[in-house]
Amino acid sequence: MNLFSKLYYKFRKVWKAIQLYLVIAGPGLVVMVADNDAGGITTYAATGAKYGYALIWFLLILIPVAYYVQEMTVRLGAVTKRGHAEAIFDGFGAFWGWFSLIDLMIVDWLTLVTEFIGMTAALQIFGVPPWVTVVGVVVLMAMIVLNGRYWTWEKIALLFCALNLIYIPGAFMVNPSVSSILKDGLIPNFPGGFNGELFFFLMANIGTTIAPWMLFFQQSAVVDKGMLEKDIPWGKFDTLLGSALTVAVAIFIVVVTGTVLKGIEIDSASQATEHLLQTNHWVGTFMAIGLFDAGLLGAICISLASSWAFGEIFGWAHSLNQKIKEAPWFYASYFFTLITAGLVVLIPGAPLVLITLFVQVVAVTLLPAALVFLILLLNDKKHMGEYCNSLTENLIGGFIVIAIVILSTLYGISVMFPGMFQ
Amino acid sequence: MLSSIYRLIRKIREINQRYSKPHIEMSRGVRISLMALRVYLLLLVGLIVYKFVLILS
Repeated sequence: MNLFSKLYYKFRKVWKAIQLYLVIAGPGLVVMVADNDAGGITTYAATGAKYGYALIWFLLILIPVAYYVQEMTVRLGAVTKRGHAEAIFDGFGAFWGWFSLIDLMIVDWLTLVTEFIGMTAALQIFGVPPWVTVVGVVVLMAMIVLNGRYWTWEKIALLFCALNLIYIPGAFMVNPSVSSILKDGLIPNFPGGFNGELFFFLMANIGTTIAPWMLFFQQSAVVDKGMLEKDIPWGKFDTLLGSALTVAVAIFIVVVTGTVLKGIEIDSASQATEHLLQTNHWVGTFMAIGLFDAGLLGAICISLASSWAFGEIFGWAHSLNQKIKEAPWFYASYFFTLITAGLVVLIPGAPLVLITLFVQVVAVTLLPAALVFLILLLNDKKHMGEYCNSLTENLIGGFIVIAIVILSTLYGISVMFPGMFQ
Repeated sequence: MLSSIYRLIRKIREINQRYSKPHIEMSRGVRISLMALRVYLLLLVGLIVYKFVLILS
């Protein structure tokens, strides 16, 4: 009886912890899964097709990288109750503030265009015309944000995050060799030697793991959700879970393309999907659904990141808990970004490939600045108090930030000058 | 239309005034980081402009 009481007590304790987590869960999971956006899916699909399972070990390294960067935004948001844009304006003055805000606006808008490219390409596989996709997405996103509650928006976003797991059954359906995955994927190696092309792929994978909008989005989401200092441990757990989940999805995509498309040159996720449809109809269908979902999740988060940032600086009401009448400018900027990005995809002959490349270049100008500001703000004892970075966190965070800055810069340069690392 | 533009300009001035001074403690480490960031961004923007000129020509 005593044993049963103890077990019941433990079960209740764990169940309460899960219930508490489900209340806090959200920003970390959403931002991390949304990180696997249309551009990310293309990168992972191309990585698998080019190198098979050989770079899975590298993807696993990205779990702590993503976690350490994003958990800093949780602490900063929960302690200061300010979004990242406002924190930069306040901490470093108007010059750096405007630089970050305008850069964020450009990067977000261009990235949003790439999400629409991914979504329209995915649904075109099922015969849906691009204009129907664009209109449908705008209407769907209006329905999600206009309900006037952050909580509802977050839970709907989490549903789309769950749909992102569709790549997992897809990977099992292509019957990959588990022993090959373990043998080739988990032992660090550089397939074909460390050459320029491999370096480009490694940089692309890092570039898709940490994007500037993610810092702004998660910090603003933490503030909008009303997370407090006491919620930080759960926020960190949420972020860690999200990091693990996003890399798990990436690995399953690599497994799919590494098994079925190895040796085929892949330029886009939709191209990978078309190849997969020819070999395995259901896997190809899952890939297309996953690509659409990835674009949608990216669009949901990116458009909000900009609107929150503008609201913080211009002093507009900027919460999803407010109705359209209470926060007109917040919703106006949200829909303006969304609709204009969608319209670009519909322009006949629009330079979509150029836009996709340009995103990576412009993001490089914002990412280092946002990361440096993040580390400096986390060392501001006056505002952060006991939650400021410890020496260990500074060493880990500093190392990660320097590595990301160097690699993402080289990636940006290699996009501008493709022959440089060949 | 004109009044909206004036309102926006007034708002931007107000923001500039509100955030005219950085509130983070400007230690040597912070100053060096910001200076390094300026140099980095200047180099990067220079490179982007160079690429743009190359495309045009």
